[in-house]
Amino acid sequence: MELVKPGLGLVFWMTLTFSIVLFILSKFAWKPILNSIREREDSINNALNAAEEARKQMDALKSDNEKLLNEARQERDNLLKEARDMKEEIISQAKKTADDEARRIVASANESIQAAKLKALNELKTQVAEISVDLAEKVLRKKMEDRSAQEAFVNENLKSISLK
Amino acid sequence: MKLSKNKIFRYLIPVFLVAVYAGYASLKVYGQETSADSSHAHGGEATEMVVEMDAQHAGAENHENHQEANHAENAHGEEKVDAGKLIMEHIADAHDWHIATLGHTHVTIPLPVIIKDDAGIKVFSSSRFEHGHATYEGYKLGEKGQIVAVNADGSENHEASFVDLSITKNVAAMMIAVILLCFIMLSIAGHYSKNRNKAPKGFANLVETLILFIRDEVAKPSIGPKYEKFLPYLLTIFFFIFFNNLLGLVPFFPGGANVTGNIAVTLVLALFTFVITSINGNSSYWGHIFMPPGVPKVLWILLIPIEIIGMLNKPIVLMIRLFANITAGHIIILGFFSLIFIFGAMNQYLGLGVSVLSVAFTTFMSFLELLVAFLQAYVFTLLSSLYFGSAVEEHHHEEHH
Repeated sequence: MELVKPGLGLVFWMTLTFSIVLFILSKFAWKPILNSIREREDSINNALNAAEEARKQMDALKSDNEKLLNEARQERDNLLKEARDMKEEIISQAKKTADDEARRIVASANESIQAAKLKALNELKTQVAEISVDLAEKVLRKKMEDRSAQEAFVNENLKSISLK
Repeated sequence: MKLSKNKIFRYLIPVFLVAVYAGYASLKVYGQETSADSSHAHGGEATEMVVEMDAQHAGAENHENHQEANHAENAHGEEKVDAGKLIMEHIADAHDWHIATLGHTHVTIPLPVIIKDDAGIKVFSSSRFEHGHATYEGYKLGEKGQIVAVNADGSENHEASFVDLSITKNVAAMMIAVILLCFIMLSIAGHYSKNRNKAPKGFANLVETLILFIRDEVAKPSIGPKYEKFLPYLLTIFFFIFFNNLLGLVPFFPGGANVTGNIAVTLVLALFTFVITSINGNSSYWGHIFMPPGVPKVLWILLIPIEIIGMLNKPIVLMIRLFANITAGHIIILGFFSLIFIFGAMNQYLGLGVSVLSVAFTTFMSFLELLVAFLQAYVFTLLSSLYFGSAVEEHHHEEHH
């Protein structure tokens, strides 16, 4: 039973000592330690927050840059596309013009050929007619040199003419 | 607190030398005592604890005659080891602090005896009692080492009223622990005020881990937003219990006392928790005890006593848990060592064989006790903070009524 019977002396000394220790440690140990721990935690938290803030700003900056870059890229693509379109348009325009011109030239050539051909044919016709008349005159002149033959011929033709 | 490895070794070397010498001395004493049959060689298993054991059972005979012939017989008679008595003597408080027995010399530190009686306060050294053999100022040491008043004719007077406020072994051990605690914590506090906003180094780092553990894992979750008010007390009891537990595990001076395994110490600690809980109890805490809400008033006759018992029960549980755990640890370790002497008394070789097992088991138990030392300090602190939490908690169900 000795073991579970608290001794009065020990209770007294324990109370006294513990009270003193509680006072000393609370005032001179725990207070400064806890305060400085809290201060440190605050400063660490602040530093972390600042870092987070900086990171966010960086991200914002980065995304801005990205946006700018994208815009520039888009711009360049647009420009290129426009240029390409323009080039194609010019080429096709030029082709069309050239085609038209060629067609026009061919057409006018055809026309003038036709005209020349007609003229030549007409001339040929005229010449052929003149030559024919000349020849016929010459033939007739040759044939009519003999008087009797002329009379014979006229007579013959006269016979075939019946008066009605 | 910078303890480099070299410094630690420098402190350990003298301790080791003392241990070796103590072992050697006890071996020599055994050799002398038993020169007749030369059957006592187990002093060679010298650990500090063994020395203490030797001292214990050689103690009673110290002031009797020292003639060799008688002594050999005496020692033989003493071989019947009373393990229970031995252990109880160690666990109980004492008026002097026994350190070692070298040969026939007991190395003890006499502690001051302070007695308050009708005649006033008497202060004298416990060495005046000559280990229970002398009467001084009307007092002497009783059977169990307690102070008893003595009549003029030398018989014990159990009716005399006096208060024993002596600095006993436990008080002295507690004071050493407390001085150590204050020294360490104040030097760490100095370290903190010198190195503001810097990471702690060395020992401060270790202590900070524990402080943060108490703050973040114990106080904050169990008390809630008002935890800061209780934090100094919680830290103090945690480190107080932890330090005393650890010093209790050190087998030689200045450790080895059973401070936190003494019911008076745990009683005071539990009382502190109880008083702080009661002072800080808010209206809803007391309301729950004296006006339990939500039950018919008739039942209050039944409930109020139950609530009061429950309120008182908490510190009693705290007191008994710490006391029982630490005492049990000391008893187990001492029990294992007593085995050596119990078996050694039967047969020296048996004793030697058992000593190997005992040392192995004690080593294991010591590791377990290291855990228990921390765990019990933690549990005491945790439960205290839970009680504080229940005292300051705001119950919101008044709104529903």
